[in-house]
Amino acid sequence: MDAFLLQLAAGVATGGIYASVALAIVMIYRATHHVNFAQGEMATLSTFVALTLIQAGLPYWVAFAATLAVSFVMGTLVERLIMRPVQHAPVLTQVGVYIGMLLIIGNLTGWVFGYTTKVFPSPFEGHGPALGGLISAHQLGSVGVTLAVLLLVYLFFTQTSLGLAMRGAAYNPASAKMVGIRVGRMLALGWGLAAMIGAVAGMMVAPIVFLDPNMMLGVLLYAFAGALLGGIDNPAGAVAGGFLVGVLENLAGPYLVGTELKLTVALAIIIGVLVLRPSGLFGRIVHARV
Amino acid sequence: MLLEVKGLKAGYGTAAVLHGLDFEVGEGDVATLLGANGAGKTTTLRAICGMVRAEGEIVFGGERVSKEATESIARRGVAHVPEGRGTFMELTVEENLRLGAHTRRDPKVRQDFERMCGWFPLLKERWRQQAGTLSGGEQQMLAIARALMMRPRLLLLDEPSFGLAPLIVRDIFGILRRVREESGVGILLVEQNATLALDLAERAYLLETGRIVLAGPAVEIRQDEAIRRSYLGY
Repeated sequence: MDAFLLQLAAGVATGGIYASVALAIVMIYRATHHVNFAQGEMATLSTFVALTLIQAGLPYWVAFAATLAVSFVMGTLVERLIMRPVQHAPVLTQVGVYIGMLLIIGNLTGWVFGYTTKVFPSPFEGHGPALGGLISAHQLGSVGVTLAVLLLVYLFFTQTSLGLAMRGAAYNPASAKMVGIRVGRMLALGWGLAAMIGAVAGMMVAPIVFLDPNMMLGVLLYAFAGALLGGIDNPAGAVAGGFLVGVLENLAGPYLVGTELKLTVALAIIIGVLVLRPSGLFGRIVHARV
Repeated sequence: MLLEVKGLKAGYGTAAVLHGLDFEVGEGDVATLLGANGAGKTTTLRAICGMVRAEGEIVFGGERVSKEATESIARRGVAHVPEGRGTFMELTVEENLRLGAHTRRDPKVRQDFERMCGWFPLLKERWRQQAGTLSGGEQQMLAIARALMMRPRLLLLDEPSFGLAPLIVRDIFGILRRVREESGVGILLVEQNATLALDLAERAYLLETGRIVLAGPAVEIRQDEAIRRSYLGY
């Protein structure tokens, strides 16, 4: 029973990471109807930036905030310089650009920061295990940070006029322009926010899986499974899906398939959802009139 | 003049739709564009808003706005209620109206919510409801209210009667009459229902295959033999 609870708690902790990345994926998806395959690579790059700042002697939370700012700028630049020129191009062109970014950003990270695996500090270390040894201090802290990020994102989109304008621009770009919303700027802003959310996920997962240029590859796969499971056009669903996948993964490891085959759980979820319920658990089925 | 259009040409790809239109809308006036399906009425509105490639001169409030982006033209005070209404279906009635006021920073926005509820009492009952669940007539009212939340100087209306029951259409035109009296907004109205449009408008233009074939005060156009026979049906 203890082992079960342990796995459950660990699942919630990693699930929070998947939920964040899933949310970043869904935000881009809702605005562009494409999945940004480079979301994980962008997060890894952000995490390396954070490590560099920490090693330069900045306190953790200062480096954290600076990394968010850098990530935001990186996200908006990717939209302005790389995605905007191809925004009216056919789907395959765009997918090609996403995969190109995945490779280029990943290798750029390795080229600049090296391929050796690095230890990434946790701001919650030194507090010892929490909740009666059920969960490490870092896991508890990262769940807290993740939930805080999700809450902030939720409040931003529902309570601010800028968030409302971004939703309007994503749902109906033509009408958004007619009420004077600068749709292009909203898109760049969305990319910036998604990159920030990804950066938080990267910094929270790095102390667990260690930092190397391919760190997010597995995470992205689980996050993608989570986003699909919750419904790729539903932010709240993606978050729930992310947590669910985290728990499923951690329980399937010891009880079902063994640790080596854990990644297949994500793949099975992706294929299962696409075959049985393409709109996801909470997704909306879009009926198009012809 | 609020809006002056000279030699407007527009089209889609290689297909030309408008072959040089001249028309104008006075400050606080209602002008109507009449014509059969495919005459180019919707394209004219889209050209004014910078939504289709267009040539010619469009002067709004004394400034040339041709070739400007849709967002910029909207920010100058042109509100467009497009064909199909352009409602944000996933958002609530309130959020749709808030988006209408997106560009405004003045303190009168709150007051304007009340104003819309006065003009469109039905919307008040549906305040927190998703716009996609509204009936056609309610959605048309919401679209007009959303446009008015911009406090525009010019309102472009694309067939507000489209697909609605006659009683609802009468309601909407009644509201439009009240809106123009109380707000002084200029209106460019595209309409299939010529009787209603000519009742509301000061000036009318008849469009046939991308050309204006008749222009003049609405009262005179009403008396025109050809118009009566082909558009008014008596």
